[in-house]
Parts: sequence; structure tokens; C-alpha cells
Amino acid sequence: MKELNECVNIVLAGEAGQGIQSIEALLSRILKQEGYHLFSTKEYMSRIRGGVNSTQIRVSSRRVAAYSKKSDVAVLLNQESVAHLKDRISTDTIVLGEKAAVSHPALIDVPFSGIAAGIGNKLFANSVAVGVICGLFKTDPARSEAVISQHYARKAADIQKGNAEALRQGYALAGELFKDKLRLNIKKDKAGQGELIYSGSEAIALGALAAGCDYACAYPMSPGTGVLTAMAEYSKAFDIIVEQVEDEIGVVNMALGAWYAGARALVTTSGGGFALMTEGFSLAGMIESPLVIHLAQRPGPATGLPTRSEQADLNLVLNAGHGEFPRVILAPGTLEQGFQLTKRAFAIAEKYQLPVVILSDQYFVDSYYDTPLPDLGMAADERHIVKTSPGYRRYDLQAGPVSPRGIPGHGEGFVKVDSDEHDEAGHITEDLGLRARMVRKRLGKLELLRREAPQPELSGEPGAGTMVISWGSTYQAVEEALAGSRGGFCHLHFSQVYPLPPGLDQLLKKAGKRIVIESNAGGQFAMLLERETGVHIEQKVLKYDGMPFAVEEIASVLAAGR
Amino acid sequence: MENRSFQYDKCEIAWCPGCGNFSIRKALIAALEESALDPAKTVLVSGIGQAAKMPHYVNAHVYNGLHGRALPPATAIKACNPELTVIAVGGDGDMYGEGGNHLLHAIRRNPDITLLVHDNMIYGLTKGQASPTTMTGMETPVQVFGVFAEPLNPLALAIAMGAPFVARASAVDVEQTKEIIKQAIAFNGFALVDIFQPCVSFNKLNTFQWFKEHTVYLDAAHDPADRVGAFARAIEAEKLPLGVFYRSPARVTFESSLAVYKQNKDPLFKRSRSMESIRDFMKKKYA
Repeated sequence: MKELNECVNIVLAGEAGQGIQSIEALLSRILKQEGYHLFSTKEYMSRIRGGVNSTQIRVSSRRVAAYSKKSDVAVLLNQESVAHLKDRISTDTIVLGEKAAVSHPALIDVPFSGIAAGIGNKLFANSVAVGVICGLFKTDPARSEAVISQHYARKAADIQKGNAEALRQGYALAGELFKDKLRLNIKKDKAGQGELIYSGSEAIALGALAAGCDYACAYPMSPGTGVLTAMAEYSKAFDIIVEQVEDEIGVVNMALGAWYAGARALVTTSGGGFALMTEGFSLAGMIESPLVIHLAQRPGPATGLPTRSEQADLNLVLNAGHGEFPRVILAPGTLEQGFQLTKRAFAIAEKYQLPVVILSDQYFVDSYYDTPLPDLGMAADERHIVKTSPGYRRYDLQAGPVSPRGIPGHGEGFVKVDSDEHDEAGHITEDLGLRARMVRKRLGKLELLRREAPQPELSGEPGAGTMVISWGSTYQAVEEALAGSRGGFCHLHFSQVYPLPPGLDQLLKKAGKRIVIESNAGGQFAMLLERETGVHIEQKVLKYDGMPFAVEEIASVLAAGR
Repeated sequence: MENRSFQYDKCEIAWCPGCGNFSIRKALIAALEESALDPAKTVLVSGIGQAAKMPHYVNAHVYNGLHGRALPPATAIKACNPELTVIAVGGDGDMYGEGGNHLLHAIRRNPDITLLVHDNMIYGLTKGQASPTTMTGMETPVQVFGVFAEPLNPLALAIAMGAPFVARASAVDVEQTKEIIKQAIAFNGFALVDIFQPCVSFNKLNTFQWFKEHTVYLDAAHDPADRVGAFARAIEAEKLPLGVFYRSPARVTFESSLAVYKQNKDPLFKRSRSMESIRDFMKKKYA
């Protein structure tokens, strides 16, 4: 008999279209309502039907927020999932499935579709599965049913009733199924009940909403599309123009037009789309326009693995665009950071009049967990625009690197921006001395940005031990692995990866040894750190198979490297 | 007060002496003045090329962006502040070559903007290569055996796509060009004016004289509401018709279709959003 007291990891796998997403959505809602902490993440194939997709749900007494390779319970809906999850199912895993569809030595037969057919429709099988898990947790039956009813509220009455019945029958099975196999003693945290649950995509879209974003445009591209969909959803309740554009070149140029007219525009894409935007990115640098781009990374080059995760576009963003101009790159590690950094991205873009990229990845945008309502802070009323007067000069050199930004139709002056090198008024110039002054004006912002760059987040004391360095979405897995380690480590996490703050070399040198953990093959961030600080990084732990770092993988690195 | 005329003299114009662009500039400024527009509420948007320098030579707001990319920002500017009059301007290479995809989709969206395309059937600023509208057979430093690809017919394309206002003018005739531009600006919707223009430096075939001899104005018998008739006139090749080919006020504009303007007509920059509304929304949606 297995007994779990802190956390249960459940993996659900089946082919695309079999309803894994519905099971995830329903279970998340029900279990959170019960007062558990919850994390879910998915990995999926680039197809609409067939293949194998899986979702992991972790149910815990404490907050969990990272992907784990350990599976306590596996619910397999097709045969392919057996091979697909071979590294995530151990002899310790309780494997549930339907004998008719799945063959596995440890399989516990649960006739999901048989029960569903008995109720009247094979499609109710998902709700049977939800019921089995609810039964395992002994959730409140009435509350669980209410979630199901709400989920199917827009369907016909017999569909609603059938799913509710499927939930009840699945629930009833659980006692027998898990008897002598699994006992749960996961404490509920009532404080968590008041928390919110949303995905990384939604964290970013909500940050944009709080930043006053009123224009969002994109060309659909996995995994960046979730932010567009969220903004479209929010546009039903808030003043946001959401436009799907003909291509990414159009996207970035449209966003720049929107900023020029005084809107706050957000662009969302992935690496390939961003590659197409780089000329427009350069234009933002030249016309000194604010621009906020969310780039959800997926493995490249080219089309790569369209639905999977990587952190390999850092060098692309660092160097994107011809010519020299400053940019800021932010990389959230938590949902709270997804929200706050996106809000900050708009503030920086507006204050300094330059492009800011929020660099996330598939793993980040597709993961959900419960989190407190973020500190919303002050309303972003200040648009950092001025009412122009006659004789207004958009690129006035008197004001230093950042000249007051006017917009057309607000004041008496004319707002002139030009992709050519320009004079202070914004007209084309070939005055080469002026050209050099304009270069210094634009690049002068970098020094201001450096001074304002936040220090990386340090957990643990840097001493003689090892400093584990991460950036972006690997934060949570490193934190969880460290919490379970025997000590001797500190963790330095960067959520602003460029520009880096001054004094970083001193901080890095405080540790005896430095390990950078990142999801790419080249050690891009490690190289950036070495280049910027001159401090040698002794070890790089790199992963580039399209899956995020699991807690266990980092734990084994720590065990070996202490 | 800033100068309230569109006339702008504080600039050194970078066009070749005798260029058709001068006539178009004259026609455009006169059209803007006669339309009684406020320069402070008028934005000229362009890409790159000789024609795309036009915004620098008119007293108005200037957005001079990237080659081929005038239409996406022009669409967004109008969408974010419908109080502005937005005119996009560029050459045949800029709008029909590099920016071709944006043209197709701008026609589909139908923002209330005017698009002026200086069509000299050649690439001037890059020194004489073929453009999308260069006639077949013309030899250039790159197309050394003569142009093979069929020229793009912007009017037929726009009419086929359902552009609601499609016209052609000729820089040879400033007065009529001005009249056509005025109609395009006054039109509520996407208005394309293709403007024939001699390139004195690089196009030795389609000269001032050639345009005079090869064009003819549409007469009173032409009904601009007749889309099929307009298309028939657009594909005529013997003599190239000038005037308003097609005009259909029925289409709804992009910005007027936007939900943000259903209740509130203010441009976006005048609006604000309360943190309370966001807090309530998040609590309701993600609890």
C-alpha cells in the first residue's frame, strides 16, 4: 500500500481530441475548490487529432509549480501513451486504463467507455475518469457535480445529465480501485481556496491588461497564440482592439502604428514569427517607439518542434534587428512575474521609448497553478506622452537620450518619425555629425536601463557552495529541487536577462562554483553572463529535447555536483 | 499657432528635376487644402522610395516607416484615433511589390484611409530595375533580356478584391489628379488612387509624352457603381483609362466595425482603465 501525504502526481494521456483538456480543466477546478494546491502542465503534438498528448496534474498540500517526471497515478486512454510515457511510469505508478484499449503489465482495468456507453454516450468516458480521480480524493460530491454542470451548461440537458451520472459512477468505482493500493493524506490549505488559477499565457495577458494595453495584434503561432486568445477574450469586457494580421511583418508594423497614435500595443509570437519581425524591431529602435513583444519560445531552427519548449531564442532577441539600438529582455519564472514583468515591460517601453521583449516558452505559457491575486499596483494612467506645442521636435536632443513623445492629434505640434536617420524634427538627414549624435542619443538609453535593472533573485546564501543560475521558466523546477536537496546550494534567478545590473560580477564570485541551467544546446545565457561579467561559469546543464526540466533532473544534477 | 496650411517650404526636396513627383505633390497639397482639413489632424504615412519621401514635403504629421510597410501602421493609426485623416503614399515597388500582401489585406479590412501610389513603372531609387508594373520586354540593368513577368494591374486587382474606391490619375494632369485625390480623401473607406508618373531618370519608355498619348479619361457613360463595368475598363490596354473606375459606399469601415467605438467615440489615448475593474475581473474569471 502506497501512502502519499504531501503531493500526488497524476498524468493523463490520450490522443489529441480524446478530451484530455476537458479532464484537466474539470479536475483543476474541482480540486482547487476542495482546498488543494494544484499545478498542471501539458505536452502535446503538433496535430489536431491522433498521436499522444499528456497533461500532468500535481495535487499538493503545499504550493507546487514545476513539472515532475514522477507519476503516482497514470490514466491512459490509448495504447500509444504506454510507450510515450515509458520514462514517466515506474513500477510505483498506479496505471488506470481500459483493457480493451490499453495493454500494460500493471494495468488496472477501468471500463471508462463501457460505463459511458451504459449511460448513453461514449463521450461521457472523460467524466467517468474525472469521477474516478474525484473518488480518490473523496471530493465533495455535490460541489464536484456542480462544476461538471457548469462546464456543460451550454450543452443539451441530456449531455449535462449524462456527464453528471458518469461522474457519480466513476466516483463510486474509486473505493474499490484504489483499495490496498493507494491512500492519500494530503492536507487541504483553506487559504489557497481564495487564490486564483490561471496559465502563463493568461498571466502575461493580465499583466498587459493591467498595463493599460489597448491594442493586441498577432499572426497565430504556437505557443504564442494563447496570449492573443486571452486578449481577445478580455476585449469583450475592456477597450482593446484585437487584430489578427496577415503576417508577422504586418503585425509589428501595425503595432508601431498603434503606438505612434497613442495606443499601447502588445504583440505575441514565437521564434519564427519574431524572426520575420526583426526589421520592424529595428524600426522601433530607430523611431524610438515603445514596443512590447511577447515571444513564447519553442524549439527551432525553422519550424522545429512547434508545440514544445526551449529557451534557445535568447541570442536571437539579443541581436535582433540590423544596426545598433537598445532593447530590454524580460523572462518570467513565475505566474506572478508573468503578470508583473508584462506590466513592467509596458512601463519601460513607454518611459524609454524602445522595444521590450517578454521571453517565455511553451512550458511557461501552458502551465497553470494556484497563485494569490497579484499586487495590481497603481493604474498605468501615465502614458508618457506630451501634448505638443508649435515647433515640437520629436527627437529634441536637449532632453538627453529620452525626448518627450508626442502623438498626432494631441496638441498643436507635428509628430514626425522616420526610419531614415533623421534630424531633431524627424526629417531625413544626411548630416553625418548629427547622425553620430543621434546614435549616442539612442544608445545612451542603455546606461539608464542598466542603472534601473533589477538584481536577480537570490535564494539561499552564496558561500563556499555552488550557485545554481537559471533564467525564465526553469525557476520553479530549480526551487523545488533545491528545497529537496541536502543544502550547499544557492539559487540565482534572472527574470531580466538584458540589460544586466551593475555589480553582478561581485555577486557571482561569492560562490565557490557556478552552474547555469538552461533549456538550449549552446548555453546562451551562460555565455551572456560570462561576456557581461567576465566571471567564468564552471558548468552548464543544458536540455534541448523539447521537454522542460523536471524537478528530478535538476535534483540529480545537484546530487552529482555538490 | 503652427502653420495651418499644408504648404511646406522648410525642406530640401530630394527628387530629380522634372520628376512627376512634383506634380503629384502640387496636386496633393491643393487637394488637402481644398478639402479644408486640419494639418494637425492629418497623418501622411509612407514606406521607402522616392515617392515615400512625400510626407517630408507636406505640412502634416509624418510616419515614414519601412519599405512596403505603410499600410499596416496607417490602418492602426486610423483604428486607434479615427479623428485623424490618414493618407498612405508610396511608389509601385513599395506598395505593389514589397508591400503586396498588406495591400490585399488592407482592401479586405477597409480602413478609411487614402492610398496614393506613384506608379512610374520602374524602380527609381535603386536605379532603374523593373517594378511590378514595368511593361514586358523592357530592358533594364537587371532584366537584361527584357522583362518577362506580366505587369501587375492594380486597378483590376483592387476592383476584383472589392476595394470600395478605385481610381487612376496621371501626374501629367495636375488639376484632374487633384480632383481625384479630393474624392478619394472624402470617400469613407479604403480609397486607392494609382497615379501614372514619368520617371525622367530611369524610364525612357513611359515618358511624359507616352502617358499623354496612351491615356484617356473615363467619360460620362461610365458608371462607377458598376463593378463589372469598372473591371472591364481596368483591363483595357490600348488606351489606359483615367478617373474613378469604381465607387461603392456600401462597405463598413474597419474602425467603425470595432467594438471599442460602439459606445465611446474617443480615441484610445484619451481612455483609462481602473485597477478595480481589473481586480474584479480577475477574481470573477480565475477564482
